[in-house]
Amino acid sequence: MKRRDFLKIATLTLAGVSVKPLTNLFTKPALADISSQGTQRGLPQWVMVVDLDICGKKDECTDCIEACNRVHNIPLIKDSRHEVKWIWNAPFDSIFREQGFGRVHEEWPKKSVPVLCNHCENPPCVAVCPTKATWKREDGIVMMDYHRCIGCRYCVAACPYGARSFNWKDPRPYIKEIHRDFPTRTKGVVEKCNFCEERLARNLVPACVEACKEGGLIFGDIRKEDSMVRKILSTRLSIRRKPHLGTEPKVYYLL
Amino acid sequence: MYDRGKIITGIILFVIVLLIPFLYNSFTGRAAYVPELTTGTSEKECVGPKAFMRTDHMKLLDVWKETAVRQGVRTYRAHNGKTYTISLSGTCIECHAQKEQFCDRCHDYAGITPKCWNCHVYEKVVRK
Repeated sequence: MKRRDFLKIATLTLAGVSVKPLTNLFTKPALADISSQGTQRGLPQWVMVVDLDICGKKDECTDCIEACNRVHNIPLIKDSRHEVKWIWNAPFDSIFREQGFGRVHEEWPKKSVPVLCNHCENPPCVAVCPTKATWKREDGIVMMDYHRCIGCRYCVAACPYGARSFNWKDPRPYIKEIHRDFPTRTKGVVEKCNFCEERLARNLVPACVEACKEGGLIFGDIRKEDSMVRKILSTRLSIRRKPHLGTEPKVYYLL
Repeated sequence: MYDRGKIITGIILFVIVLLIPFLYNSFTGRAAYVPELTTGTSEKECVGPKAFMRTDHMKLLDVWKETAVRQGVRTYRAHNGKTYTISLSGTCIECHAQKEQFCDRCHDYAGITPKCWNCHVYEKVVRK
């Protein structure tokens, strides 16, 4: 090949390759790019802190649980086999037993502690879901897509915290008040706490946090340097449920 | 042919029975029946052009479902330049308030039972 021909071909090739980047300069970014823009901006990472000094002061307080049940149309089924729970109370000793804190304080083992989905950093439920009906969002929320759930209950078995409930029957007859803002679930799907994803989208804190008048529940973005949760967690001793499993829960309990 | 009379009468009877639904429709005019839909709104525009909504609303709802639930995007830029909130029980039902006279009537006619309302809440299900 002559030098002249080589140069001709090389120039043409370069011109051809540069067509796409050039046109990109004049077009808007595609809709599909929205998700990656989110990562660049640094989406929040939501965490919840339960202050055990404050929580449980009021005897048998269930404000947070009732608020959650109300906004999410959660059925109240007495039969424990069919029960549906998003946030509920459990004795301290039963959820933190392996960490040995029960011996530190006499009253603690019997203390009632609110428990909910931990929105794990490494969620086992997501790993086992065969349809991707449950997945981890970029802001750390472990979401459920009830449309996709086939009711196999692998996630129920995988969750080490018992945070998932299965609808064994139509929940509607068991819901006291049905609100329009949130769908009910149907027979045959699994459900769990969604960190009030639908409220966060409207710039509201989760319903349980809002309902706790004593301020025992604190919610915020751990990535934000001046956030309340970050300040509290860096100054006070906190524990998480079953840390040895490596799921990295995002619900912290202050001692 | 043996039993000619019986066979031919049988065939004729069979054909008549087979044609009953068609004859019934043509005499009663039921075949031309089209369900009458009431939207229950004074709003003139939907989130899509009428013809598109009529044939493809299920596809749009499917896209809405994906965008809202999986991508967390809850607004929809419509053909008319307006922005709508993505919500079946909110935006859709706000205008098409009479679900029974709108959604159900046509779905019954077409012989389909969408499962949307097993979970999504409409006025009749709301309990206070």
